[in-house]
Amino acid sequence: MSELSASRIQNNPKYHELVKQRDVLAWTLTVLVLVIYFGFILMVAFAGDFLRTPISPTSVIPIGMPIGVGVILASIVLTGIYVYRANQTFDPLIREIIQEASK
Amino acid sequence: MRTFKTALSALLAAVALLAVKLACAADVPAPAAPPAVPPVNWHAVVMFIIFVAITLGITYWAAMRTKTATDFYAAGRGITGLQNGLAIAGDYMSAASFLGIAALVYFNGFYGLIFSVGWLVGWPIILFLIAERLRNLGKFTYADVASFRLQQGPVRTMAAIGSLVVVIWYLIGQAVGAGQLLHTLVPQISYKVSIVIIGALIIIYVTFGGMKATTWVQIIKAALLLGGATLIALGVMAHEGFSFEKLFSDAVADHPKHLAIMQSMAPIGTKPNPIESISLGMTLMFGTAGLPHILMRFFTVTDAKAARKSVLYGTCFIGYFYILTFIIGFGAIVLVAGNPAYVVDATKNVLDLKGGGNMPAVYLADAIGGNLFFGFIAAVAFATILAVVSGLTLAGASALSHDLYANVIMKGKTTEAQEVWVSKLCVIGLGVLAVILGIMFEKQNVAYIVALTFSVAACSNFPILVLSVFWRGLTTRGAVLGGYTGIFGSIGLLIIGPTVWTKVLNMGPAIFPYDFPTFVVLPAVLIVAYVASVTDRSASADKERAAFGPQEIRSETGLGAEVAAAAH
Repeated sequence: MSELSASRIQNNPKYHELVKQRDVLAWTLTVLVLVIYFGFILMVAFAGDFLRTPISPTSVIPIGMPIGVGVILASIVLTGIYVYRANQTFDPLIREIIQEASK
Repeated sequence: MRTFKTALSALLAAVALLAVKLACAADVPAPAAPPAVPPVNWHAVVMFIIFVAITLGITYWAAMRTKTATDFYAAGRGITGLQNGLAIAGDYMSAASFLGIAALVYFNGFYGLIFSVGWLVGWPIILFLIAERLRNLGKFTYADVASFRLQQGPVRTMAAIGSLVVVIWYLIGQAVGAGQLLHTLVPQISYKVSIVIIGALIIIYVTFGGMKATTWVQIIKAALLLGGATLIALGVMAHEGFSFEKLFSDAVADHPKHLAIMQSMAPIGTKPNPIESISLGMTLMFGTAGLPHILMRFFTVTDAKAARKSVLYGTCFIGYFYILTFIIGFGAIVLVAGNPAYVVDATKNVLDLKGGGNMPAVYLADAIGGNLFFGFIAAVAFATILAVVSGLTLAGASALSHDLYANVIMKGKTTEAQEVWVSKLCVIGLGVLAVILGIMFEKQNVAYIVALTFSVAACSNFPILVLSVFWRGLTTRGAVLGGYTGIFGSIGLLIIGPTVWTKVLNMGPAIFPYDFPTFVVLPAVLIVAYVASVTDRSASADKERAAFGPQEIRSETGLGAEVAAAAH
């Protein structure tokens, strides 16, 4: 990476747009995963009785079980959202930035 | 290639010798008194030999194609997203999680799910914060990224120590587990011989085939493990008429603790401790994102896009697998507990299994698919250990050769060939060390190993990596002091914690009352790194802050990143 293209990128508003957008997405999703997961952990720690409630009066399955599986599925879905957004939005933006820098 | 053939023929000779020994053991009629040793499980032995033959073939293929340092450490950066996703799964899903979570569920029910969840949630964090930036900034090790704009010597030394602590303890855990597993499955092979076989195979895979062979061993293992776990879970569900309601009510009926297994927020018989639960959660989540052998996988892919996709594939495989292990654990309660074929003495304790507490998943395979399937799952469990240990050994060797030897001791003045040569010596050294430590720790209580490795990874590797990539203000002083706070803080608190102080050292009540120190150490690391950085007024610190801009351009756009070998 030459000094010249570095300064071109540094002065390209698209680059700052990219960094901003990606940071917002990455940290929003990170906070979301933390909230979901530590929500589950805090329920384990402080609301055990709620997690122990059966899903129906006749069932032995506690509500904690679908919630736990839900945390796994939510992690996968959030991962998918990030990859989709990055493929759709960030990759084309990065290509433009690099093209404009090497002109 | 002559050395490869020599090593191969030596190994084949050893295997042949072992087979002869086994055959003898099987032929000699057992003495009338105690029929202590069960017959050789030929299905397991044959399937294991097939797996070894295939992986050695791959190693030969990989060795022919491993010429440069990039080939050796990073598989020439030619791995695709899907391949790396499978390899990530193969690197991460250890026998401890397959046999261990199934066993945790078997004994404690619901509590096992907390681990399944905790071991998965690190992956989204890796994707959002680390994977692409690691690929864009690094060459072979995560220390490349942590030291990108900082002083090479001190930061790499700290990062290498963090990596080696994790790798060596993880190796001990895997070696002890593998020795016990193989010895239990094929009692004619002693614990020591089991570990030596593993050590020899790992050294051959990694020294000759480098990351290419390691990657393919991990891919094959992941496919086998996912396939095997799917079959077991299908067998369980078929037995239960594909009804979860029936599966869980049967398990409640069969388990000696009955409904308590659906309500366990802590191991059955212990009191739940909120702080411990939170600290465990932090350790599992952030520890995953700081394991050196996992981070190393992101240097093998073609570009940041492939790195990103590989996490999605990996997360899907791993999440699916952990849901299966949960079904497998409950299936074992129904089909294994109380079955006189597997239980030591069903009149005393219906859960207590022959061969130890890690056996529920393997016996479940036998209960569902008979001896052939039992042999298959036993071979898969063994393949699992080989794949994880290969990845660990390569990560440890790269920390020693690429970070310590090439960049700290020689200050970058080595050739690639020398560096790879040192690396191979380190692989042999680590392989031998794993064998020796594995044998030394046979009778030791190794329950603290997961806490130790994940705590160091969560408190040192992970925060320093994230700070160096996202925080302009991080300086060498902050990274080094913060990193060492993480490493020695976790180790120190673990030593004075309940597992080591009370159970291993027998020193009485623990000084630090929690098993997982992350909730104290991680905030301390962040504070130390912050204070040490912002108070750093040196000229070099100003330069490091100024270098954040160019680093960020490379990290965000991939401009200047290491390219795939094919593009050279």
